[in-house]
Amino acid sequence: MSWFERFRKQRKPTKKEGSLTIPEGLWKKCPECRETFYRKELEENLYVCLSCNYHFPINVETRLSYLLDNYKELSAGIYPIDPLRFKDTKSYKERLREYQRKTGKPDAAVLVHGQMFDIEVICIILDYSFMGGSMGAVVGEKVTRGAEISLAMRVPFIAVSASGGARMQEGVISLMQMAKISCAIAKLKKAALPYISILTHPTTGGVTASFAMQGDILIAEPGALIGFAGPRVIQQTIKQELPEGFQKSEFLLEHGFLDIVVERSKLKDTIYTILTHLFKQDPPKC
Amino acid sequence: MMEEYFNKLDLLKEKIDRYKALGSSTGVDKELEKVRKEVIELYQKYRNKLSRWDRVILARYPNRPYTLDFVKAIFSDWVELHGDRFFADDPAIVAGIAKFKNRSVAIIGHQKGSNTKERVYRNFGQPRPEGYRKAVRIMQLAEKFNLPLITFIDTPGAYPGIGAEERGQAEAIARSLEVMALLRTPIVVVVTGEGGSGGALALSLGDKIFMLENAIYSVISPEGCAAILWRTQDKKEEAAENLHLTSYDLKKLGIIDDIIPEPPGGAHMYPEEVFLSVEKYIDKSLRELCEKRIETLIQQRGDRFRSIKFYKE
Repeated sequence: MSWFERFRKQRKPTKKEGSLTIPEGLWKKCPECRETFYRKELEENLYVCLSCNYHFPINVETRLSYLLDNYKELSAGIYPIDPLRFKDTKSYKERLREYQRKTGKPDAAVLVHGQMFDIEVICIILDYSFMGGSMGAVVGEKVTRGAEISLAMRVPFIAVSASGGARMQEGVISLMQMAKISCAIAKLKKAALPYISILTHPTTGGVTASFAMQGDILIAEPGALIGFAGPRVIQQTIKQELPEGFQKSEFLLEHGFLDIVVERSKLKDTIYTILTHLFKQDPPKC
Repeated sequence: MMEEYFNKLDLLKEKIDRYKALGSSTGVDKELEKVRKEVIELYQKYRNKLSRWDRVILARYPNRPYTLDFVKAIFSDWVELHGDRFFADDPAIVAGIAKFKNRSVAIIGHQKGSNTKERVYRNFGQPRPEGYRKAVRIMQLAEKFNLPLITFIDTPGAYPGIGAEERGQAEAIARSLEVMALLRTPIVVVVTGEGGSGGALALSLGDKIFMLENAIYSVISPEGCAAILWRTQDKKEEAAENLHLTSYDLKKLGIIDDIIPEPPGGAHMYPEEVFLSVEKYIDKSLRELCEKRIETLIQQRGDRFRSIKFYKE
């Protein structure tokens, strides 16, 4: 340890007399417009900024509570392994342990069977707070099972994505999840069961280039970053400034790659309405 | 140390090319035989020292055979087909129809260039969405006219650019995967060089997947991986080691069916030998796959990827 690191460690923040101790997380600052809000206030507004409409990333439980009336988790006991014994500045095993401790979850996806008003659905939600929602064997398996269970139960499938893409630490195994999922989704779609994909901030890489873009209906939250390559990679490649609003939901909508951009407060109703149109329709008699 | 190996190989390759330019005669053949012995000797001295990074170098070797070289050598009556019918033709992916041993087939592959001008024209083998949409069009053509599909994989990855994103790079790849998943014709995949991430996978969802011995297949380039995880590209060799991206790695992980051996020194040293081996593997695969009922084939195609399980429960 160098001297300044030791020095930094010893230094304790001094507290001015009479100042209040603000409990952590009482306030939340919007990363877009820098405005600060009471957490309670934000929570009541579904974690959407009251001044600029920025949609904060939300955890899986919150997301589920916004979408479903009740649910039961499926395949909760799938855990990641470290098939390549991957080690960069830290070992993959260590990283996994850290994120598992931090999030209390085994990996970056939660699969549930639940109820949206009167429609039964299977729903997969990616968790961006777990290694950037990256897709390794566990996420791949859960999305695949989601599609398979939907098909077996003959109920609609809903995927909510938030991911940096494939998980590098599982190498080509992560890449193969895209193929595995695509086979299951293709079968689901062929059986004419509705598959609705919700893209939230941010969704990039192998997740976008597989199931997130394979939905019968593609819906995004406002202002979400959605793309194949991340903006930094593109900038490094072309060595130009990126246009304003590039790769945001509204940009994709304008270019024809989304069906709708929907506010968080209207998401559940919108999905439900679409499902009532698509699900269990008799063939036209003409 | 390995630089020395590659330099020596380059010199020998130059010799081979110069002799070959003289045309075949008993004298020339004798000299070529001598050079081959040198190549073998050199190769045997270094073969066990080849690191994963060295395989990356070989997979990207500038005079390695590319898709159109395979097409020219293995197939006949080749007709190249262009365009995605929406926007443009993408020269980074070639597609068409041809004859393979009296059977008509469809072919799709990434295409790099063999000189600077062509490399730029082919965008260094990095497809834009148009390329994948052309590919999907040819896949569906193959399905409709009962042509088995053969794909050749060799790309650093799908192109990360403004236009590519505007036109839905991710959607184009996702669609290609979805179409291949249920395509009602046999699909044989040969990874010939770089299997670069989603841009490679997009054409690789097949019934048989082979890799040339010195080909690589990875979720991200070693440079990209090093830049993200080590925050410096200097760690690309370490990244390559960790990524397990060689044909031997993929065989061991059970992801590919087989490794197609390369001649001593690599495919670029004796391309005609590689063409012969690839031809044999395609022939054997097509014989096997064309015997199956189409429903069985599609079921097994899905099962093959379904069985890739690296988790505990």
